[in-house]
Amino acid sequence: MSVTLESIPGKEDQVILSMGPQHPSTHGVLRLVLELEGETVIRSIYDIGYLHTGFEKSFESKTYSQGITLTDRMDYLAPLSNNLGFCLATEKLLDLEIPPRAQWIRVLLTELTRIQSHLVWLGTHAIDIGAMSVFLYCFREREEILRIFEAVSGQRMMTSYFRVGGLALEPPLGWLKGVQRFVKSFPARIDEYEALLTRNPIWLGRTEQVGYISAEDAIALGLSGPSLRGSGVDFDIRKKQPYSSYEKFDFKVAVRPEGDVYARYRVRVEEMRQSLRIVNQAMEGLPDGPVKANAPHIVLPDRESMKTSIEGLIYHFKIVTEGFHPPVGEVYQAIESPRGELGFYMVSDGSPKPFRCHVRAPSFANLQALPKMIEGRLIADVVACIGTIDIVLGEVDR
Amino acid sequence: MSIFFYIFAAITVLAALNMVLQRTPVYSALSLIVVLCSLAGVYLQLGAEFMAVIQVIVYAGAIMVLFVFVIMLLNAGHETPSHRSHIAKWLGAPLIGAFLAMMLMVIRDQFPATTGAAPAHLDGSPLAIGHLLFGNYVLPFEVTSVLILVAVLGAVVLAKKEF
Amino acid sequence: MVTFSDMTVLVIIAGVKVALVLLVLLTGVAYTTWLERKVVAHIQSRWGPYLVGPHGLLQPLADGIKFILKEDIMPLEADKIIYWLAPFLGFVLAFLSIAVIPFGEGFTLYGHPILFQITDLNVGLLFIFAVTSLGVYSIALAGWSSNSKYPLFGGLRSSAQMISYELSLGLAVIGTLMMSGTLSLRGIVNAQAGFWHIAGFNTWMPHWYIFVQPIGFFVYFTAAIAETNRVPFDLPEGETELVGGFHTEYSSMKFAMFFMSEYTNMITVSCLATILFFGGWHGPVFGPTIVRIFLPVFWFCLKVFCFMFFYIWMRGTLPRFRYDQLMSLGWKFLLPVALANILVTSFLIAWHG
Repeated sequence: MSVTLESIPGKEDQVILSMGPQHPSTHGVLRLVLELEGETVIRSIYDIGYLHTGFEKSFESKTYSQGITLTDRMDYLAPLSNNLGFCLATEKLLDLEIPPRAQWIRVLLTELTRIQSHLVWLGTHAIDIGAMSVFLYCFREREEILRIFEAVSGQRMMTSYFRVGGLALEPPLGWLKGVQRFVKSFPARIDEYEALLTRNPIWLGRTEQVGYISAEDAIALGLSGPSLRGSGVDFDIRKKQPYSSYEKFDFKVAVRPEGDVYARYRVRVEEMRQSLRIVNQAMEGLPDGPVKANAPHIVLPDRESMKTSIEGLIYHFKIVTEGFHPPVGEVYQAIESPRGELGFYMVSDGSPKPFRCHVRAPSFANLQALPKMIEGRLIADVVACIGTIDIVLGEVDR
Repeated sequence: MSIFFYIFAAITVLAALNMVLQRTPVYSALSLIVVLCSLAGVYLQLGAEFMAVIQVIVYAGAIMVLFVFVIMLLNAGHETPSHRSHIAKWLGAPLIGAFLAMMLMVIRDQFPATTGAAPAHLDGSPLAIGHLLFGNYVLPFEVTSVLILVAVLGAVVLAKKEF
Repeated sequence: MVTFSDMTVLVIIAGVKVALVLLVLLTGVAYTTWLERKVVAHIQSRWGPYLVGPHGLLQPLADGIKFILKEDIMPLEADKIIYWLAPFLGFVLAFLSIAVIPFGEGFTLYGHPILFQITDLNVGLLFIFAVTSLGVYSIALAGWSSNSKYPLFGGLRSSAQMISYELSLGLAVIGTLMMSGTLSLRGIVNAQAGFWHIAGFNTWMPHWYIFVQPIGFFVYFTAAIAETNRVPFDLPEGETELVGGFHTEYSSMKFAMFFMSEYTNMITVSCLATILFFGGWHGPVFGPTIVRIFLPVFWFCLKVFCFMFFYIWMRGTLPRFRYDQLMSLGWKFLLPVALANILVTSFLIAWHG
C-alpha cells in the first residue's frame, strides 16, 4: 500500500505532490509525498520499498561464501565496501587472521571505492542543482577506477573480490601501474571540480544554509559518515574502531561544523583527497606474502593443489558443496562505507549458513534526516537535500 | 485601410462578446487579450504605432498575465450563473441601451464629419506623445503616477496584514 | 515586356524576403540544436552526435523526422483547446519577432531598394518587446492546460520569472535608446557607424554602444537569458526538479514546437544584443560590390553566433538558481542597476547636450 498524506481540513489550498518513484532526481526509486504551499514544503513523508529485494532474508539460505555476491548488489555504488563488511563480520565470527598483503590491498581497493562512490555522488548532486558538466567529468574519472576494478577482479561493478579469509586471487601483474596513473592524475581533477563549484556564487547560494542539521539532531537521527561529519561530529569508524589495519595509515578525518549541504559537499571532496593519500600509502608500503589466510577449512585451495593433492581436492569439495562451519555466536562488525557506518550483525548457529544477517545500512539511517532538512524549504532545496544525504536505494530497501 | 479596419473591428467585437458570455474564466481572460491585441491593430490603422505596441506590452503582456496567473492559481473552473438579483435582470438591458446611446451622441458631437481616414494632424510618434505628456498634460500625468504609487503602497500594506 | 506595378514588386520582394528569412531561421534553429549538442559535448569531453551524417550534421533532420513520427499523447483531463493553442502560440510569436530584425545594409536591384530586413518598423524595438511579452502565455497556458502538477509549477514559475525580467530587459536598453534617439532598429544600428572620437581625436574604437553602456549590456544580457529560460535561469523547465516543467505532458511535434520557439527566442535576443550594443552589421567592409553587400550580413551573423556560443558555454558551466534567488536577483539587483544606468546616462546626455 502506498503512503499518502491526508490534507489538513480547512487548508485545502495546499497541494499534495507525489515526487517519484519515477523522478529524475530522487536517485533511483525513492518516493516523496510533499505537502506544498506555493513552492514551500510544509510536510513530507518518504516512501521506500520500491527496490525491495529481500537480501537480508536471502543471506539465510546462502552459505557465507555465496552471501558475498549479494552484498555487491545492496550498495551498488560501493560494492567492495560491502564485500569488506560482510567478510570482516564472518572473519570475526571465525576469529581468522588475515595476511597483511590482503589487508593492504583491501584498504587500497575500498578507498578507491570510496573515491568512486563520491564521484557518482558529486556528479549526480551537481546535475540535480543544474551543473551538467561536473556530472560527466566525474563519470570520466570513475571509469578509470572501474577499469582498475575490472583488471583486478574481472568485474567493473559486481566485483565480489574480497572473500572470507582474504582475496579471491592475487591481483594480476602490473595492476599497480593503473592505480599509479590514476593517483597521479586525480588531484588535478579534484581541483577541476572545485574550480567549477566551490567558489561558484550560484553553487554557494544553492547549498549554503540549506538542509541544516545540528550536531545533536544528527546524532539523535543516527546519521553517520559524511552526513554526520558535515554537522561537526568527528566520528569515523576507520579511526574510532580501526579494522583491516586502518590504524597503520596516516590520514585526516574531514569535519566541518556548518551542518548544511555545502559543508557535506566540502567534507566529501576532502575525503576524496584523504582517500587518495591512503591509496598512495597502501601502494608504497604494500607488503609481500600470500593474499589468503592459512585456513584450509575455510579458504578455497588454489587450482594447483586442488588438481594435484587429495587434501586440496577434499577441502575444495567440502567448501564448495557444503561450506564452512563457524562457531555458534553472534558478532557485529561495522566499517566506514562511503555513506557512513555499514554494519553487519551476524548470528551463527554453527551451520554453514548464517542464522540471521542484519545489515545496518547507512543510507537507510541517513534518509531519516530528509524530512527535517526539507520542511519549510522550497522544492528546489528538496533535490539538493536528497543529493546531499547520498542514498543508494538498493541499500535502503535491501 | 478600411478592409483591415473592419477585420480588426469584427475580431474585437466578437472577442469582447465571447469574453462576457464565456463561463470559463480562462477563456474569458484569453478573449480579453484578443480584444486588446486587435484594438492594437486598430491603432496601427490610425498610424499610432507607438500606442499600439504599448497597448500590447502593458495590457496584454503585463496586466493580463497577472489575470491569467491568478485564475491559474485559484484553478477556477466552470462558473454557474447566480439567480439572486432580479433587479439586475430587469434593469440591465435598458441601462446598457442608455449608456450606448449616450456614447454615440458624445462621439457624434466630437467628430461631426466622419472622413473615414486617419486624422492627418495627429502624430503618433513617441516624440510627439512625449512632448504632449510632459508638456501639456504634465500635471495629470504626475497626479496619475502618485495615485498609482498610493495604490501600490496600499496593496502592499493590505497584503502584509494577511501574514 | 511585362511591367509590374510598384505594389506588385513590393509584394514580390516582401514575399521573397519572408520566405528566405524563414528558411534561414528554421535552418538556423535546427543547427543551433546541433551546435549546442556538439559544443556542450566537447566541453564535457564527449563526442556528441556523430553517427547521422559527417560529424552528425544530419542529426537535426533525424530529430525532426523522429518528432513528427512520435505518437502525440494528450492527458485525458487536459483543457483541449488551450493545450493545442499553447505550443502554436509560442511558435508563431517566436518567429514573428524576427520580422523587424535588420541583418544588413541592403542594396538596390533594378531601381528597387532592397533592405536586409523584412520590415523597418519605426517602433521596431518595442514591437519585439510586445511580441516577447506575449510569449509568456504560451508557457503559462501550457502549464495550466496540462492539468498536472509539475507543469503547473513550471507555468507559474515562468510567468513570474518572465514578468520580473521583462522589466529589467526593457529598462536596460533605455540608455542605448537615449543615445541613438530612435526606436527603429535600423536607426539604432546606423547610429553606431564609424568610430568613437574623443575631443576630436579618432580612437579607432568602433562606435558601438557596448563601450559606453557596459552596464546596460550586462543587465540586458542577464535578463535576456532569464527571459529565454536558459541555464542558469532554466527554472520553468528545471529538469531535475520539475521533471520537464511546463512541457512535461507534451510530446511529438507539440513538444518540438516549444523547443523550436526556445531556440528562436535565443536567436532573437542574440540579434537584439548585436543590434543594440555591438553595432549590428558594422564591421570592416572591402572588396568588390557583391562582397561589400554581403560582408555586413556576415559580420552580423558572426556576432550573433558569438552570443549563441556564449549561451551554450554557460549551459556547460553553471548550476541553476533557486526560485527565490532568481526573484531577488531580478528585483533587488538588476532592476536598481538598470534604473541607475538610466539616471547616469540621462544626466550625462543632458550635460553634454
